[in-house]
Amino acid sequence: MIPELGHFALILAFCFAVMQTVAGGKSALLAAQSYTNAIDTTSSKAAVLFCLAQFIFLLISFISLEYAFITNDFSVVYVSAQSHSDLPLMYRISGLWGGHEGSLLLWVLMLSGWGAMVALRRKALPRSTHATLIAILGLLSLGFLAFILFTSNPFARLLPIIPIEGQDLNPLLQDPALIIHPPLLYMGYVGFSVAFACAVTALITGRFDRAYARWMRPWTLMAWLFLTLGIVIGSWWAYYVLGWGGWWFWDPVENASFMPWLLGCALIHTLAVVEKRNAFKRWAILLAMTTFFLCLLGTFLVRSGILTSVHAFANDPERGLYILIFLAVVMGAALVLYLWRAPQIKHTVGFDYLSRENFLLINNVLLTLACATVFLGTLYPLFLEIFTQNKISVGPPYFSSVFVPLMIFLFIFMGAAPQSEFKTTPARSFILPLSISAVSALVLAGIVGFFLPFGVMITVALGTWIIFTLLENLLIHYKSLTASNYGMVIAHLGAAVLLLGVGLSKQMEIETDVSMQVGDHVLVGPYTFTLTGLNPGFGPNYTTIIGDIQITRKDKLVTVLHPEKRTYTANNIAQSQTAIAPGLLRDLYVALGEPLGKNRWSVRVYYKPFVRWIWLGGLLIAAGALCAFFDKRYRIKSRVQYV
Amino acid sequence: MIRFSKKHQKRAILIIALLLALSSAVGLTLYALNQNINLFFTPSDLVHQKAPMGQTIRMGGLVVEGSVKRGAHDLSVSFILTDTKNQVTVDYTGILPDLFRENQGIVVLGTWQNNRFLAQEVLAKHDENYMPAEVIEAIKRSDHYENKP
Repeated sequence: MIPELGHFALILAFCFAVMQTVAGGKSALLAAQSYTNAIDTTSSKAAVLFCLAQFIFLLISFISLEYAFITNDFSVVYVSAQSHSDLPLMYRISGLWGGHEGSLLLWVLMLSGWGAMVALRRKALPRSTHATLIAILGLLSLGFLAFILFTSNPFARLLPIIPIEGQDLNPLLQDPALIIHPPLLYMGYVGFSVAFACAVTALITGRFDRAYARWMRPWTLMAWLFLTLGIVIGSWWAYYVLGWGGWWFWDPVENASFMPWLLGCALIHTLAVVEKRNAFKRWAILLAMTTFFLCLLGTFLVRSGILTSVHAFANDPERGLYILIFLAVVMGAALVLYLWRAPQIKHTVGFDYLSRENFLLINNVLLTLACATVFLGTLYPLFLEIFTQNKISVGPPYFSSVFVPLMIFLFIFMGAAPQSEFKTTPARSFILPLSISAVSALVLAGIVGFFLPFGVMITVALGTWIIFTLLENLLIHYKSLTASNYGMVIAHLGAAVLLLGVGLSKQMEIETDVSMQVGDHVLVGPYTFTLTGLNPGFGPNYTTIIGDIQITRKDKLVTVLHPEKRTYTANNIAQSQTAIAPGLLRDLYVALGEPLGKNRWSVRVYYKPFVRWIWLGGLLIAAGALCAFFDKRYRIKSRVQYV
Repeated sequence: MIRFSKKHQKRAILIIALLLALSSAVGLTLYALNQNINLFFTPSDLVHQKAPMGQTIRMGGLVVEGSVKRGAHDLSVSFILTDTKNQVTVDYTGILPDLFRENQGIVVLGTWQNNRFLAQEVLAKHDENYMPAEVIEAIKRSDHYENKP
């Protein structure tokens, strides 16, 4: 009964999305025709109400499916495919977004949630603009709701033969990080729909002023913040779950989330120029549209299973085709609109070479290039296969060899940019502080260079260059800093920490795979790892072998780690549980490989210095975005006057 | 001689700088891409000498039952991959993925030398009944070949 209720609520939500689009569109059209702001409050209010109703019914639908998961209702096909009565409650709840149908339901719930937030913040925008926004968001909802209802109904029943037991959630997904990783990522993806809707609305109304950019910024920041957190947690999960110590694989599905992240980052920076200087407006629109396009493309890549990848859980060409068509329609329409309407949005402002505009331009060029290289490496194999039938893969060395130089440039400019000013920067106030930072960073790196390899020296030079310039920036401007400025400082600091983490761990890590039996020891860096025991055990839905590995340094005990090798009973999948001794300066990482016979096991024993800085940096970047989000100037309550 | 205004000069220099940066980036990217493309081959391709020797390539197939042989004290392992028509022996040193099993479809990355495949990486998928698309393709394609002892 409850699943039918959920299905019914889903259909109602679809109807409300239709009405939201129609009401919003009508209100916007009337406002455009009459050139006044006062008329037709009925339909614009109705659009807001429909938008809220859509969200509420989607919430009901979502809760119904969640109820089916919690009560182990295996008559629902999706529940029986994703859950098992032995699963702990936490994983039964998160099992909802473990597969295709549920992920989509969550996705569209979030989309309407963002829509509802936009609908409620009605006072800050001219009414016609707001109505247009609501209509566009309704249209997007409509597309996804139709997708769910017609191709991937999560409430479909398995009648009359009801399975007694579910097929279990993929063991890799039975992890605390994976409970929140997909929702965060989806919040990010979906959040960019607001930026997209803003861009399309600006094209339709022909207005993109500084106030509008100011309105658009916090939404974009929030979406980017969620995307950042999603990626960081995904990377952290890969590090300790996949069991081979990597944290980024340039896997197509990872790239799918990384591409909108890069462009979203460019967009945040561009919107600053639009807000302060009323420039780069058309570029900002194009960026906002492309970012959301890449979000949709990400869904397409993940959900169609078109790219063979370690993430390809779902495989269904029909769904892929739907998303592809949806993608083409959304992006095609947006681009046509852009070509037609963009010339209306003009900007003519001059700026010097040495100006913040120029630095942000460089930022945008580098980030866009970075995104383009990822795009090429991710989709080239796909295009080649479609047109020539040749199957190829692009190796991770491609990405690193292209990415590293781009990032070096990016980090050099990132250090200098905060010291610049809009329009023009007096050379004196620019060159002196930067030279001090540059010299200090180089001296420090030089000292490091005596002991460690050249690459480490470069990493340290770049990282400290950014940190020093940020400190100087704080010292010079500490009296006049806003929350936005602090946000920038924190986020850039995060980027420096991330850079140090990536650079130092990649170049100083020691990874050894060994064959061990109880009593054997192995030396890794300054640490000795000894296998002292191997014992069987069991959990709620698995059996396991637990290893005891003692780690000593100079004959002093550091810690004892207990890596496991689990075998899940429902589907007989084996999975390693890594054991990590974390630390700010180094991680010690142990994972059991496989039994080799005669009581021998293969064991991964890794020493990873500074690896934690990668996620710490990511979290700092997110914290910076959050800080900027709370800037007072985004909290303006009054309606902007119709111009 | 035509004199440009300062604004136009500035713009021209900016555009030229952008184009230079862009074209060098594109050039380097394409070069890097070219260096890192790994073509896919089937065991039958290798047996019929259709694949380049010594170049990093990928190959996919089913692990033949009972073919997995391990070294006594190190992590060296060898196994046979088949596309149902032809078989190739793969040598690997390292830890096999959790989902590596006999009769399971897997993909290996490495080089083809002296009639053996030296794997640098062994990839198995996350799902126990999911077959890598490449392996399905490999088995289909093997119909074009006859058995070769």
